[in-house]
Amino acid sequence: MNKITIDPVTRLEGHGKIDIFLNDGGEVENAYFQVPEFRGFERFCEGRPAGELNRITPRICGVCPWAHHMASTKCLDDLYKVEPPPTAKKLREMAYSIYSFYDKIINFYFLAAPDFVVGSDAPAAERNIVGLINRVGVEIGKKVIATYKDSQKLLELLGGRTIHPVWGLPGGVSKGITDEQRKEIAEKCREYVDFAQYSIGIFHDLVLAEKKHVDVIVGDVYNMKSYYMGLVDEDNKVNFYDGHIRVVDPDGKEFARFHPRDYMDHIEEIVLPWTYLKFPYLKKVGWKGIVDGKESGLYRVAPLGRLNASDGMATPLAQKEHDRMYDTLGGKPAHHTLAFHWARLVELLYSAERALELAEDAETSGACIRNVPENTPSEGVGVVEAPRGTLFHHFWTDENGIVRKVNLIVATGNNYGAMCYSIKRAASKLIKDGKPGPELLNMVEMAFRAYDPCLACATHTLPGHTPLIVTIRDSKGEALEVVER
Amino acid sequence: MSDKAKMKIGIYWAASCGGCDVVTTHINEKILDLIEVADIVFWPCAMDFKYDDLRQMADGEMDVCLFNGAIRNSDHEELAELIRKKSKVLIAFGSCACFGGIPGLSNVTTAEESIRRAYLEEPTTLNPEKVLPRLEVRAPEGDLTLPRIWDTVHTLKQVVDVDYFVPGCPPTAELTGSAVDAIISGKLPPAGSVIAGNKALCDECDKVKKNEMRMIEFKAPWETEIDPEQCLMEQGIVCSGPATRSGCGAQCTKVNMPCRGCFGPPDGVEDQGAALLGAIASVVSPPAGKSIDDVFSGLRDPLGLFYRFSLADSMLRRTKISK
Repeated sequence: MNKITIDPVTRLEGHGKIDIFLNDGGEVENAYFQVPEFRGFERFCEGRPAGELNRITPRICGVCPWAHHMASTKCLDDLYKVEPPPTAKKLREMAYSIYSFYDKIINFYFLAAPDFVVGSDAPAAERNIVGLINRVGVEIGKKVIATYKDSQKLLELLGGRTIHPVWGLPGGVSKGITDEQRKEIAEKCREYVDFAQYSIGIFHDLVLAEKKHVDVIVGDVYNMKSYYMGLVDEDNKVNFYDGHIRVVDPDGKEFARFHPRDYMDHIEEIVLPWTYLKFPYLKKVGWKGIVDGKESGLYRVAPLGRLNASDGMATPLAQKEHDRMYDTLGGKPAHHTLAFHWARLVELLYSAERALELAEDAETSGACIRNVPENTPSEGVGVVEAPRGTLFHHFWTDENGIVRKVNLIVATGNNYGAMCYSIKRAASKLIKDGKPGPELLNMVEMAFRAYDPCLACATHTLPGHTPLIVTIRDSKGEALEVVER
Repeated sequence: MSDKAKMKIGIYWAASCGGCDVVTTHINEKILDLIEVADIVFWPCAMDFKYDDLRQMADGEMDVCLFNGAIRNSDHEELAELIRKKSKVLIAFGSCACFGGIPGLSNVTTAEESIRRAYLEEPTTLNPEKVLPRLEVRAPEGDLTLPRIWDTVHTLKQVVDVDYFVPGCPPTAELTGSAVDAIISGKLPPAGSVIAGNKALCDECDKVKKNEMRMIEFKAPWETEIDPEQCLMEQGIVCSGPATRSGCGAQCTKVNMPCRGCFGPPDGVEDQGAALLGAIASVVSPPAGKSIDDVFSGLRDPLGLFYRFSLADSMLRRTKISK
């Protein structure tokens, strides 16, 4: 059997390895997306005071540090049964929205856009941010960089640090903002709303205006019928910071809606021996293997998962783009995997609009930023929507707040089964004669790059990363071709 | 294009979280200066490349490689050795490469125990047949392999020679910019230098010392009101400032949270945890009716506090593994 190996998967956060096995006819028999790293956070968080964990868990992932910081901080609220004052909640959500905006700039301009804007068939050396700047122009490149820099500075002002913030405390935050700072932040956020609309414009002009790109997006190669999950507010609109978890089935019908504290009734994980990453699935549907459809417990999270699992966006401009996306794709839910990129841009706009709403709210610069915990800790759950999906932190402690056990289900991990499915499907449709060219392999990579997987996150459980090897093996198991990326 | 040959730069990650790669993009407009004079020939996080390209380079062909992440498995070690061979200058970038970083806290346990916890004992993991990831798996279609996870997290200099150290979890954007400037201009400091400040963090912290330092009890920052003006140590909150290298601009104390030591020890200090313990021991002053032991019993996790980022590089290194 032929085996194609892609190692490392580049332009992804974390390490990864893909093995594609071909049969005698040169067709794809199976594909394995391995995560070869493990970090053991669960174990070494034990014995630490829980109050320190929101400064430790961000090191699970330097791409998603705010998500881990916020999930852990909310977990501490729940652990100590302390309610943050309204100002603290608004500050947290505002900062988190700015983080979400910042993160989506990295994804769109540094990681995803090179495929579309520079072209998936362009030489490898040009499929990166530099190639992108060459294509769209240095002026635009400078604007992207200026906005990116600006959002970093705001995050540093609020959280102490852009990467690995230190600001959250059970019951609040360690520092507030002045009225004047709030107004300056609002001014920036107005620019972010413009920038988000501008980025969507680029996507429309360079991607959606070209029929060949739209054909790929709505085509059969990148499609998966699955369940979808995301946090929603009381109106079932997408929310990144708080709310209930909603799951819809492949027909878009509500399958479950539950409080984050009840997540163990709904999610289970299975261990397969060929990878360090576990596979979560819907407990009430069950594990049926790496397959699609209503009978399979695989579900998808992150931008497309969130939009599919919701009734829309809570801000007006994002709602408009949401409607436009579903009109183009033929309704909700959309099963088109490459639509993750479009959904991410809808969320870019939502993040900016939401941050602006909160920055315009005078209560966000209020004086009361903390309630000091008084209760004895024992168990807490914290959930947020990380850019790459629903993120669960669950701590158990002794009465002194020393951690006894930690359970983490991380954003990218939720999508692992779906990513494996998408890779196999793309490989099967694209590799017919056992001789894939480098462009075809890049198109296989696009199948999982759409998820923007963050394998550093996913392997919270020892050391983390995502270079990739695709090995193509023949029916005798001999390596026919090894493609390293 | 100038006639002058461009420099060749690489960026690699081993056991890391990716934060060091992300901060490299925080040099922002400097990226444009950098690509003017240098080609980034190897950066798996952000660019398409092949390991084979690296193997085919001549020895010393890369002018500089920034290496982030600790060494935790055989793949990391192999890549570290290969990159060392191909690079004229190798920089340990970030706390994990310099001191082992937060993953170094794993050195209190073994890989086996960490694996058991993650795959057999987590409440949402259904695993009645006790399946664990295996180094070699015979799938129906063929064989699959995974690298072995080591018991001990190592720093980069414990496996290969390192020319410079840029500490921080992650290093700040400003420090990263200075390192890039030094690389571009060729004005690198003497070999072996740490590119950061050379004093203790307290030197750049603007919190005010109001009294003579006297710790009568230890308080956790989440359990007490914090005076934003006053030195945190004076308020009974353990801060790693006295035993930590300056250079970050006191980012954490600026938002009223104590330093946890990610820049490692300052010049002249071998063991950061021992230095911090020494600094604290010298100011602990039990109130009437209490002993030193009483005060220290309020310190709930000395190892995780004093050696938060530097256990793998400390005199302790790791807990003993019983045979």
